[in-house]
Amino acid sequence: MFLNQFLFLAAALFCIGIYGVLVRKNGVLVLMSIELILNAVNINLVAFGAYRGDIGGQVFALFVIAVAAAEVGVGLAIVLLIYRNRRSIDVAEANLLKG
Amino acid sequence: MPSTLWGADVGSIVAGLLATTTADTAEFVRPAIDWHAFAPELIVLGWGALVTVIDIIGLERTRRFMPSLTGIGFLLAMIPVLTLWDLDGDLPRVLFDGAYVVDNYALVLKGLFLLSGYVIVLLSTNYMAEGDYHDSEFYQLIAASVLGMLVMTSARDLVSIFIALELVSIPAYLMAAWRKRDLKSNEAGLKYMLMGVFASGILLYGMSMLYGAAGDTRLSVIGESLAGDADGVSPFIVIGTLFTIIGFAFKVSAVPFHTWAPDTYEGAPTPLTAFLAVASKAAGFVGLVTIVLDGLREVPSIVEPLMWILAALTMTVGNLIALRQTNVVRMLAYSGIAQAGYMMAPLAVYSTSPELVRESIVTYLVIYAAMNLGAFAVVIVAARKTRSGEIESFGGLFRYAPGVTVTMTVFLFSLTGIPPMGGWLAKFQVFNALIEGRTGWGVGLAVIASINSVVAAFYYLNVAKFMWFMPAPDDDYSPIRVPSALIFALGVTVIVTVISGVSPLVPDLTDFTEVATAGP
Repeated sequence: MFLNQFLFLAAALFCIGIYGVLVRKNGVLVLMSIELILNAVNINLVAFGAYRGDIGGQVFALFVIAVAAAEVGVGLAIVLLIYRNRRSIDVAEANLLKG
Repeated sequence: MPSTLWGADVGSIVAGLLATTTADTAEFVRPAIDWHAFAPELIVLGWGALVTVIDIIGLERTRRFMPSLTGIGFLLAMIPVLTLWDLDGDLPRVLFDGAYVVDNYALVLKGLFLLSGYVIVLLSTNYMAEGDYHDSEFYQLIAASVLGMLVMTSARDLVSIFIALELVSIPAYLMAAWRKRDLKSNEAGLKYMLMGVFASGILLYGMSMLYGAAGDTRLSVIGESLAGDADGVSPFIVIGTLFTIIGFAFKVSAVPFHTWAPDTYEGAPTPLTAFLAVASKAAGFVGLVTIVLDGLREVPSIVEPLMWILAALTMTVGNLIALRQTNVVRMLAYSGIAQAGYMMAPLAVYSTSPELVRESIVTYLVIYAAMNLGAFAVVIVAARKTRSGEIESFGGLFRYAPGVTVTMTVFLFSLTGIPPMGGWLAKFQVFNALIEGRTGWGVGLAVIASINSVVAAFYYLNVAKFMWFMPAPDDDYSPIRVPSALIFALGVTVIVTVISGVSPLVPDLTDFTEVATAGP
């Protein structure tokens, strides 16, 4: 067990999360992919904090968990709103506005 | 970064974990809290909670007082900002072990955010009341978002910067999707929320790497520990810096991370669009400037090329797309992207003179807030009659609303950068910072920025042409009734725009670096 194994695990989770955000069309699955990214961050923070003997990393991770919950709460509310209006949570179908 | 980081075995990790949990057995002593320095945030927090409770108890009876109550809260919070400003010699004040600093830089920006919050409340008052929306909750969310901005100005720690950024953004996701039955508004909220949360994830990954490289979340400590590693820059620092800056690039809608901005701006309620384009973007900039000039001050070899590319792309692409827009809100959205490019430009040369860079960006933020809020106020005024956001709908405005036309012309001239309006001084400061070091890169970026200013003049003055010389779309020259809240908002923004061009509003900000280097 080395520190780099934690970092590789986090990097893998992060890449899976990015892939999910870019490829998935279902709004809920996009939110879940974002959760994977945030969990990768938490693994990083706790691993670094433990390695350095610094409590700051674990405190930061707690804050990330709390904020992630708030983000997902708001995110699900918006996805639910979309579902009520168009009976679909496919983010690719949300194309009324053209960037 | 010690090379042993890659070879640390599990024993030392477990020992580290145990050490952090068992070592602190000493009796807990509450750290002293400087209530005065923390007062603006506390007032906005307390007042926001009070307004929420009044709304829950009063329901329909108190609904029409909500905007004025929220506005009073922002003005009340200005009082401690002014008394703190008066201390002068007693600044900067350092709170929470160096994680939170109140200095001139923070106070100027706190004043900016409170005033823009107040103007946004003025802009929303009639818009929300006449639109059959849930208006009182809207103001509570604005108060929450402004609280995040106040925290952002003083945050000097990765955790508090992240919390501040989320406190700014999460209420804004809700407000973007405010018109529940309007598919466009839903879509605006969805796109903004997904991109915003995604950007937070990337930003956090970068922050975790910076934390790993430095072993502390305070920016002053990060800055020092990165300095010791200047010869062999470690991969942690490179990845951390890159991801942190890309995360902020999403928040300030820098090209190529800008795609959410025009859609969200068009679909969201117009006062909220003004809020996003001015206050929320400024908050992102404050975080970016604090992190770059404080935490990343010793690694310009990574940051400067990245900021150079981002700034050049942002101003050029933003302007070129703005040229083609026919909807005035989308035009302002892309022009805001281009303006973000000018604001970012000084960060491409920050190693020469960090103070000058900080001052030029803060000056730009203050003036940009005034002129852009003013332009949005005029759009809201005009849309009360025309019910349209198309540039053609501004035709004949001079014949039926000469006062509004003159103020809009002031804002457009200021956005273009024509003296003596404020926008001129803002651009001057940016160019000054760019050519300060006399480096080829800085001068090159200044040339790109000046070419872009000329391109921008075309689409800004196009709106002025419609207002002054073109006929009204359907020959309807009946006058507009402008509510007093909007007149007041227009008055405040036009005064700030004109005065800031003649006498600089942003004072000397040099006390910042002393804090940064003194550390906790």
